[in-house]
Amino acid sequence: MDKAEYAAYIKKITPKSKVWCSLLRAFIVGGLICLLGEGLNALYKMWLPNYDQTQIGALVSSTLIFLASVLTGLGVYDKIGYFAGGGSIVPITGFSNSITSAAMEFRKEGIIFGTCANMFKIAGPVIVVGTAIAMLCGLGYFIVGLFL
Amino acid sequence: MIFLWAFLIGGLICALGQLLILKTNWTPARILVSFVVLGAILQVCTVFEPLKKFAGAGVTTPITGFGAGLVKGTFENIDKYGFIGIFTGGLTAMSAGIAVAIVSGLMIGMLFKSRSK
Amino acid sequence: MSTIIFKNQPRIIGWYSVAGKKESEGPLGATFSQVEKDEYFGEKTHEGAERKFFITAIQGAMQKAKIQPDIVFAGDLLNQIVSSSFAMREIGLPYVGVYGACSTMALSLLVAATFVDAGVINHAVAAAGSHFATAERQYRTPLEFGNQRPPTAQWTVTGAGATFLSNKKKSRIAVTCGTIGRVVDYGVKDVNNMGAAMAPAAADTLVRHFQNTKTKPSDYDAIFSGDLGQIGEEALRDLLKDQGYDLGENYYDCGKLIYSAKQKVDMGGSGCGCSAVTLNGFILDKFQKGEFHKVLFMATGALLSPTTTFQGESTPGIANAVVIEEVAE
Repeated sequence: MDKAEYAAYIKKITPKSKVWCSLLRAFIVGGLICLLGEGLNALYKMWLPNYDQTQIGALVSSTLIFLASVLTGLGVYDKIGYFAGGGSIVPITGFSNSITSAAMEFRKEGIIFGTCANMFKIAGPVIVVGTAIAMLCGLGYFIVGLFL
Repeated sequence: MIFLWAFLIGGLICALGQLLILKTNWTPARILVSFVVLGAILQVCTVFEPLKKFAGAGVTTPITGFGAGLVKGTFENIDKYGFIGIFTGGLTAMSAGIAVAIVSGLMIGMLFKSRSK
Repeated sequence: MSTIIFKNQPRIIGWYSVAGKKESEGPLGATFSQVEKDEYFGEKTHEGAERKFFITAIQGAMQKAKIQPDIVFAGDLLNQIVSSSFAMREIGLPYVGVYGACSTMALSLLVAATFVDAGVINHAVAAAGSHFATAERQYRTPLEFGNQRPPTAQWTVTGAGATFLSNKKKSRIAVTCGTIGRVVDYGVKDVNNMGAAMAPAAADTLVRHFQNTKTKPSDYDAIFSGDLGQIGEEALRDLLKDQGYDLGENYYDCGKLIYSAKQKVDMGGSGCGCSAVTLNGFILDKFQKGEFHKVLFMATGALLSPTTTFQGESTPGIANAVVIEEVAE
């Protein structure tokens, strides 16, 4: 067997994930997290009539982020993740889980060089890419605006 | 009604993420990054706002909402303050989420020990 | 020739294995010398726990042999093999660190046997071990990160094993020969499919071993591979079939033996500890009971680091094989 044949052979004998079943689980858990977000949204609107939608939205995200962080600390979120996969990675709670789990993992190297330095090991690229792309879009928007 | 759509649309976005995980060898970090980019693109194409009216938290809770929010904030700040808005807009709009993520991560990281199950 | 024949047949006079909770709940649970249910082993960190597993295994083997070794040969998976080095800081005996990724148990045994066989030293300990939590952190993601393991993943064994070799004291069990592995790479880039990456190296070592020693699979009571897992085992069988060898019924993979299907470990166990605790429990106990007379023990390793993976390199594998045999005292 050469390398190409071996790769094809390995692909053949590798067990397949149950695609539909795992998609369904991701759909349900992901959907429920979003539903929770919508519920919080309605609740905050009722409690805080003076807030505008942007502020309410920030509060909802913050609540979800905090909840996911606590669940990570209690060792529950990784179990949810084992069940749901993308269903709990894609929501903002997954972003929070990636930060808190790294913070916990590296705590033993100290607060500065462990927790603080490694917190964004997984989530860092999200902020870097997000900020960069927003600035790029902003630059385009600004230039276009000059000519309109 | 918006509750139903939040569940359905949110669930679909997450299922799309799961499909990417299953069909590609992408790491979770890469999935998160691509959804942020997707959100930003949807915002620029002015598709995101109507989606948000329709499905609410169904599109803002997935990390796509983070990308869209960054772009939205940038545009709004440019409208308000001009050139400087390019730099200040994005992170200002998303500051609450990032701040809470950092502080709760720090707090929980100091309080709890990680365990293998 | 890459197969070393040990003319003086270094004797195995003691062995000890210590494994974690999950391993104790598996099919081999009753064969370990000791079980430690606490994943932290009373230490502050998982790295500290891995170290303590090492100390326990090495001291256990020394107690069984009732003497001190001249040199300890040991290695593990962590960067700069800190677990074995730091364990030896506590034990204080002369120490040779070896690294063969998950093939370390067979490698340390081979090197130790070579020293003892040559008469350079009289007594040696060979040891290897691993810990699930430290391996996850080094190779994969934080423990509490909520992602799914791909179906090809394997579960790093928490545990350590040590074997005591001597050319002075009497024993029926001896190390008679061994084959040093070559680094073989078939271009497997999926880091979650270690079995596939290591199987070609295992096949290479086995074929060379059979040719050099003029033996065939049926000459052994059992052939053990270290941690190929389900995919690797199947691939090894097929690769050997291509070369005209049928591994048949008496071939086992330690990674598949150590956990049951119910334990959610996907393809099976892995890590240095996987073959180390199986050898120093299940396999050597069978020799003592007289159920095994000649065994080929081959541990397999994937020689990657997270850096090479991120730089797009494929995963090279290695396999080292040792023959353990019953001989006249």
